[in-house]
Amino acid sequence: MDSGILLVILLAVPFVGGLLCWLVERIDKNLPRWVGLLTMLTVLGLALYAWATGDYSLTLLGPEHKWVSEFQAAWIPRFGISFHLALDGLSLLLTLLTGLLGVMAVACSWKEIFHRSGFFYMNLMWNFFGVIGVFLAVDLFLFFFFWEMMLVPMFFLIALWGHDIPHGPNRLYAAIKYFMFTQASGLLMLIAILALVFVHYQSTGVLTFDYDALLGTAMSSTVEFWIMLGFFFAFLVKLPSVPFHTWLPDAHGQAPTAGSVDLAGVMLKTAAYGFIRYGIAMFPEASAQIAPYAMWLGVFSILWGAALSFAQNDMKRLVAYMSVSHMGFILVGVYAGTAQALQGVMITMLSHGISSAGLFILTGEIYERLHTRDFRNMGGLWGRFPYLPPIALFFAMASLGLPGMGNFVGEFLILLGTFKADPAVAVGASLGLITAICYALIYLQRAYYGPPQQTGKLLDLNRRELATLATLMAVLLWLGIHPNEFLHTSAATMEATSHVYLQGSAYTGVATR
Amino acid sequence: MNFTSDSWIALLPILVTSVTVVATMLAIAIRRNHKWNATICVAGLNLALLSCLLALNVAPQQVTGLLVIDKFALFYDVIVLGAALATATLSFNYMEGYAGEKEELYVLLALTALGGLVLVSATNFVTFFIGMEITAVSMYGMIGYPHRDRRALEASIKYMILSAIAGAFILFGMALIYAQTGTLSFNQLADGLVSGTFAASGLLVTGGALIIVGVGFEVSLVPFHLWAPDVYEGAPAPIGGYLATASKAAMFAVLLRYFVESRAYESALLLDILSVMAVLSIVVGNVLALLQQNLKRMLAYSAIAHFGYALVAFVATGAFAVEAVGFYLASYVVTTLGAFGVIAIISTPIKASDADTLYDYRGQFWRRPYLAAILTAMLMSLAGAPMTALFIGKLYVFAASIDQRLWILVGAVTFGSAAGLFYYSRAAIVMFQRRRWVEPFKAPRNWTFQAGGMAVITLTFLMLLMGLYPQPVMELIKAAGLHAPQAGNLALNVLAH
Repeated sequence: MDSGILLVILLAVPFVGGLLCWLVERIDKNLPRWVGLLTMLTVLGLALYAWATGDYSLTLLGPEHKWVSEFQAAWIPRFGISFHLALDGLSLLLTLLTGLLGVMAVACSWKEIFHRSGFFYMNLMWNFFGVIGVFLAVDLFLFFFFWEMMLVPMFFLIALWGHDIPHGPNRLYAAIKYFMFTQASGLLMLIAILALVFVHYQSTGVLTFDYDALLGTAMSSTVEFWIMLGFFFAFLVKLPSVPFHTWLPDAHGQAPTAGSVDLAGVMLKTAAYGFIRYGIAMFPEASAQIAPYAMWLGVFSILWGAALSFAQNDMKRLVAYMSVSHMGFILVGVYAGTAQALQGVMITMLSHGISSAGLFILTGEIYERLHTRDFRNMGGLWGRFPYLPPIALFFAMASLGLPGMGNFVGEFLILLGTFKADPAVAVGASLGLITAICYALIYLQRAYYGPPQQTGKLLDLNRRELATLATLMAVLLWLGIHPNEFLHTSAATMEATSHVYLQGSAYTGVATR
Repeated sequence: MNFTSDSWIALLPILVTSVTVVATMLAIAIRRNHKWNATICVAGLNLALLSCLLALNVAPQQVTGLLVIDKFALFYDVIVLGAALATATLSFNYMEGYAGEKEELYVLLALTALGGLVLVSATNFVTFFIGMEITAVSMYGMIGYPHRDRRALEASIKYMILSAIAGAFILFGMALIYAQTGTLSFNQLADGLVSGTFAASGLLVTGGALIIVGVGFEVSLVPFHLWAPDVYEGAPAPIGGYLATASKAAMFAVLLRYFVESRAYESALLLDILSVMAVLSIVVGNVLALLQQNLKRMLAYSAIAHFGYALVAFVATGAFAVEAVGFYLASYVVTTLGAFGVIAIISTPIKASDADTLYDYRGQFWRRPYLAAILTAMLMSLAGAPMTALFIGKLYVFAASIDQRLWILVGAVTFGSAAGLFYYSRAAIVMFQRRRWVEPFKAPRNWTFQAGGMAVITLTFLMLLMGLYPQPVMELIKAAGLHAPQAGNLALNVLAH
């Protein structure tokens, strides 16, 4: 199969699958989930196929940038916009993650969503469509198109199938807040994209939105700095980093389980991806200028997110703040910019996606059984389930960075890479390893240990749920014990990006490396 | 000036529409039958639309000193006639339930379309004024058509008074300009201004300012916008749609032609005034739209904001505004007509009041999924979400203003878009909430097979086409440009040549 066409198929499958989900609901109420499952399995299969057949060890550097596979067709020639998709190690791994978590998202909502399931799965599929588009697009307008597009289905997921927490904000509030934060920050990015395009036009006379062409556009450092800021804030809000993180716990708190899996597992990664692909690669010098601030902001996010996580009474919000803390590591790693740190970011993206998805799925399952997510109504669950608590222990340990699981590898590489760039930041960030223990253990303590509120056995995980979680656990162990397959895949991209970025920072001399 | 056969062909859209007016009136006189009278009108409008193709072959044609039929005019002819057709088809089912005489609506509709056609072809203050008045006077009748309804009547009178005031301003402005220059022709005025024959005197500036005020009223730009929400709310839904789209777009087109042909865009003062109006319209329109619980009023404020965006594109691109504004207006017209179309279908047949509060839309998705999906798509387009027409329209606005480094305008558009996201998404989500216990408004089950339903579906396809594959429409609009002198070194401008 032509590898360029493969990318188009990869994008078309969730789109068409989503439409089908909506249409087949009329035939049978249960059909949409099967269609959804099949769609995401196809996406996963296609991504695995691309992984198995592609050669990801190519050097990708500078102007003679070369993709592992690409597809290009004219879209709006008037503005120099083309439908340009491309794949390299970075986007491949994230697409794989999307496929895997897509399957999990469908599986975990199998018994949760009965109300209008066709429309639900359509939104879920279209969200994955947007996310995959973000990972594959290498035309800046197309990227922006998918960036904004993926928000709309998630908005519906939260607003229509979300939960209203008693005494908390309602789901409409959460959905609109989420939509406003992410869309409005997206507008800043649009302005930055257009400014970049016009600057490029003025120096070359070519109007284009193509990533390859715009990479390395010559511009004054002031202009570069302002344009970079537009991207920076869009990604910062989406990541999210303190102080723009307030939409995340609300969105997670109200979203259905599949929405949370999607949001934490995949959508947050689009921001990290954006930082690597667009932030530091396109604006190395301006990024180096802002790097110290960005890294310290990351450290602050790690600690602040952990502190907030520790203080939550709601299990889902605890997990949500945990994500804020982990995303702090990503911010630190990206702006440290060494190849090691970026590789660490890659592994952290994958393992955080999987471990937080696992925790959200468990939360959803507890909610289905206890009808509460409030720790004050829990306690002593260990004795009431045979399987669920040990699995929760596994994912909590993964989150706190226990060696042997992916998160450890990722955080270790980030700290190692950051130490070379800025030892003080590395020291600050490593405090996060201690705070992680606090929130992970309080999570276990309050939910599973201690005196039980009620006695009696609860319905344990069924085979579907066990299979879902076992898959995630296996991948997490794979990432932790033998991450080489993943590291090799992304090495070329990360080394090239790091090279460009470190050159830029050497030029400005701001960073302390 | 001699009338050649080409002149007649060029005039065909206007002539056919005039004949339609008379034919519909006669048909009513012969036999009053809603279906047959409406069919005459729709057939006539369709013929007029087709005749645009014929006229295209002979364009551009200067017909007397009053009208010019060029590609620019024909482009807006298509918008006006298309909007009139959509309105006619939507009105047909909507008016079925009206107790009084329903047939005259089509006479008025064809008449107002005629006014629009004259307006967009005007190259002289006389035709400008005549076109404007034909549009306005027939609009009074249409807005107040259900004349036993207090709200419609109120809307009609409000519109009449404000439109008359606007007319007076414009007329006085024209008189002042005429007093100074002795000409009513745009071209002569332009030549004189460019060559310096007419010095910019107090009279001329005052005249220009008065015309801007008048146009500001007609297009409802802040601070001349106060009438819009009440009129939109009171007018029957299909008529509101026409008012929000075709009549405003035609007015905007004449503004565009006037400013491009007379090179008024070179005046910094004028651009400053228009910029201020644009920023005010965007800010005030969006902020007030945030507060609305009534969909029609919300669309009224959003229309104010959208014409603010169009004005930004206009100010930013100067001589080349034709393409940016053209695309923006075309996508806005398609979107807003679609939104009003859905309102009309849900309110069909006419009742004491239309479905206009947001509460009326609660759960509509679960009753009529496709219809609600269409309204959602239209609202998302108004919000500028991807895959929709106004996403590309916004791209034009942003591109033009960033290209020119008009950062204040960029800031205003950003603010407006962010605010818009909030109220459009809030309005859209209502339709997906749990259904109401009692549903006073239900679209007919077979709405897709009704004329109005087909119009709305066509508009939806058009909207998605413009959002997903806009290149053909861009080419079309570029071809429909005005001949303007080359200026500037903008990215968009250089491409235009």
